Amino acid sequence: MAKFDINRDQTPLVEMRDICISFGGVHAVDHVSVDLYPGEVVGLLGHNGAGKSTLIKILSGAYQGDSGEILINGQKVEINNPRDARAHKIETIYQTLALADNLDAASNLFLGRELVTSFGLVDDDAMESECRKIMGRLNPNFKKFAEPVSALSGGQRQSVAIARAVYFDARILIMDEPTAALGPHETQMVSELIQQLKAEGIGIFLISHDIHDVMELCDRASVMKNGKLVGTVDVDDVTDDDLLGMIILGKQPGSSGAE
Amino acid sequence: MTHSDADLSPATPKKNIVQTLELDLRLLGMIGAFAVLCIGFDLVTGGRFLTPRNIFNLTIQTVSVAIMATGMVFVIVTRHIDLSVGALLATCSAVMAMTQTQFLPNVLGLGLGHPLIPWISIAVGLLVGTLIGAFQGWMVGYLTIPAFIVTLGGLLVWRNVGWYLTSGKTIGPLDPTFQKFGGINGTLGATGSWILGLLAVAGALYGLWNSRRNKIKHGFTVKPLWAEGVLAGIITAAILGFVAILNAYEVPTRKLQRMFEARGEVMPEGFTQSYGIPISVLLLIFIAIVMTILAKRTRLGRYIFATGGNPDAAELSGINTRWLTVKIFALMGALCAISAVVASARLTNHSNDIGTLDELRVIAAAVIGGTALAGGLGTIHGAILGALIMQSLQSGMAMVGVDAPLQNIVVGAVLVLAVLIDIIYRKKTGES
Ligand SMILES: Nc1ncnc2c1ncn2[C@@H]1O[C@H](COP(=O)(O)OP(=O)(O)OP(=O)(O)O)[C@@H](O)[C@H]1O
Ligand SMILES: [Mg+2]
Repeated sequence: MAKFDINRDQTPLVEMRDICISFGGVHAVDHVSVDLYPGEVVGLLGHNGAGKSTLIKILSGAYQGDSGEILINGQKVEINNPRDARAHKIETIYQTLALADNLDAASNLFLGRELVTSFGLVDDDAMESECRKIMGRLNPNFKKFAEPVSALSGGQRQSVAIARAVYFDARILIMDEPTAALGPHETQMVSELIQQLKAEGIGIFLISHDIHDVMELCDRASVMKNGKLVGTVDVDDVTDDDLLGMIILGKQPGSSGAE
Repeated sequence: MTHSDADLSPATPKKNIVQTLELDLRLLGMIGAFAVLCIGFDLVTGGRFLTPRNIFNLTIQTVSVAIMATGMVFVIVTRHIDLSVGALLATCSAVMAMTQTQFLPNVLGLGLGHPLIPWISIAVGLLVGTLIGAFQGWMVGYLTIPAFIVTLGGLLVWRNVGWYLTSGKTIGPLDPTFQKFGGINGTLGATGSWILGLLAVAGALYGLWNSRRNKIKHGFTVKPLWAEGVLAGIITAAILGFVAILNAYEVPTRKLQRMFEARGEVMPEGFTQSYGIPISVLLLIFIAIVMTILAKRTRLGRYIFATGGNPDAAELSGINTRWLTVKIFALMGALCAISAVVASARLTNHSNDIGTLDELRVIAAAVIGGTALAGGLGTIHGAILGALIMQSLQSGMAMVGVDAPLQNIVVGAVLVLAVLIDIIYRKKTGES
């Protein structure tokens, strides 16, 4: 497995420091810090409800954290809404996909960033043409351009969501279980896509329940449990079982037994 | 966005005529239902329903509700509702009536009949409608009070604000220029109508050609040329046919004689004059075009439909859905003001009960026209057709001599039935 050399002496692309958020009484994310370097894939692992999605939604502007700070290229930034995140070239594939079911693939791909004609009217033909191009690259079997996305299969919907995240040259990509609805072949294609984006120097947060995927694709893994960060490890230094132990028991590899 | 794709399914079935022409089946169904309705009434009334005169009257009676229905489409598409439109119409009408009969002549000293009076009144009405709409939209979007509640409150508030402003009195007669927006008092005449009809045909043909050119430019499959030809033929016939019918309605001879006498002339023997297209209908067509462009070709429209389809996805795509809500309700308010111009001009005065129950007609028109209350689906032309169907039903029954209570019972039943048919249709075609 060819790993690219990640230079961790430079400033990280993203630093999330001491992030907290709670919903009612639930501390969904509790003093969590993670970081991400250019060209790096960081896996976020944890049981259901550990707080992974919530953490990255703070980065993507869907939620505002109660406390903590976010730095991009070493600069402190305010991300108050998804527009702010997009302005920092952060793109997100949400676990829920976040597609408008009544619109077609092209309209979803460009939602919020429509191509317009010189009169300022949305240019559906141009958008469909671009959509055909990128889908041809990501999922050549995709043919349903005229239908609303509600008529698509789970995997086809997922490829629309992925296309939306990659189309607008992101520098920071968040993928929340991007392969959850994909067949083996499509999963393989996403793996290749991740390698390719990584080689372009894009930083990726990858949320996944598949330890094997994480071992193969990620450079580091951050494990969460009950809203807290268990630890961040270099994937080359640990085994599958170490990661499992972190996820299930919440214990650091090497340390003996639970706390 | 909806052009078909030859390689959609591996074994492309032979396309039928509807698919080749890329016609909207639901729209065809509605037009069919409308045609059956009209022909049915015409038979029952012994040919009195489809006369130029009655068609003229039907169109001018439909305008006010149809204008508001176009705005209601956006409101319902975003999963809201506006119960206050009839009341808001009354307030706008009251404001405009007071402005032109009291405020401008008495306070600003513009004499009655001053050329600026109608325009200032309309501007004031538009401003008031837009502001009230925006205010209601702000309560829905930013204070997150359900639209049902905000506008139910609005229904009571604005109905009675209108009452309060006029002390419940009928205000009139309204300015003669203002009255031209009402229907029969302002029409284009035969020549003007033909010119407009030809311009409309030219515009429609250019639109067809332009869209074909764009598709070819992007390398998409296009309809066969003969199909474009058929479509162009249908559109041309429909536009010119509509003009011909309205032109066939002639000003009654006695009214013409009075007009000549008023000018101190004698009417030449055999002189006739057509009404032609009413300005109010022109206004509706203009609004329909603007609203359709807004819905299909602008970001605002795209965001309205996206928000209706999935509010969370819209929000996550960076759309400010709260501000969007304010805009939608403000637009609805502006359209209520325009409807108020048409409705009060048609009556030639402001009456206290103007617009009563219009909220129900407007919502029914939008829903019959295929707007889904679940959000995300709806068309402007559907809503206008819905308004026309409702009005035809009402007028037709009145003409046949159906009792008033029975009329309302039928209209209510038709509304429910229309939605049921739509649900069945969507299930069959697999649309959600
Ligand atoms: N909007 C919300 N309101 C209230 N509670 C929430 C909200 N979003 C998340 N939570 C809670 O926060 C906790 C973390 O949820 P989160 O979705 O981040 O988990 P996750 O790690 O992504 O889980 P999964 O692997 O199942 O996707 C859960 O207890 C969840 O119930
Ligand atoms: Mg999650």
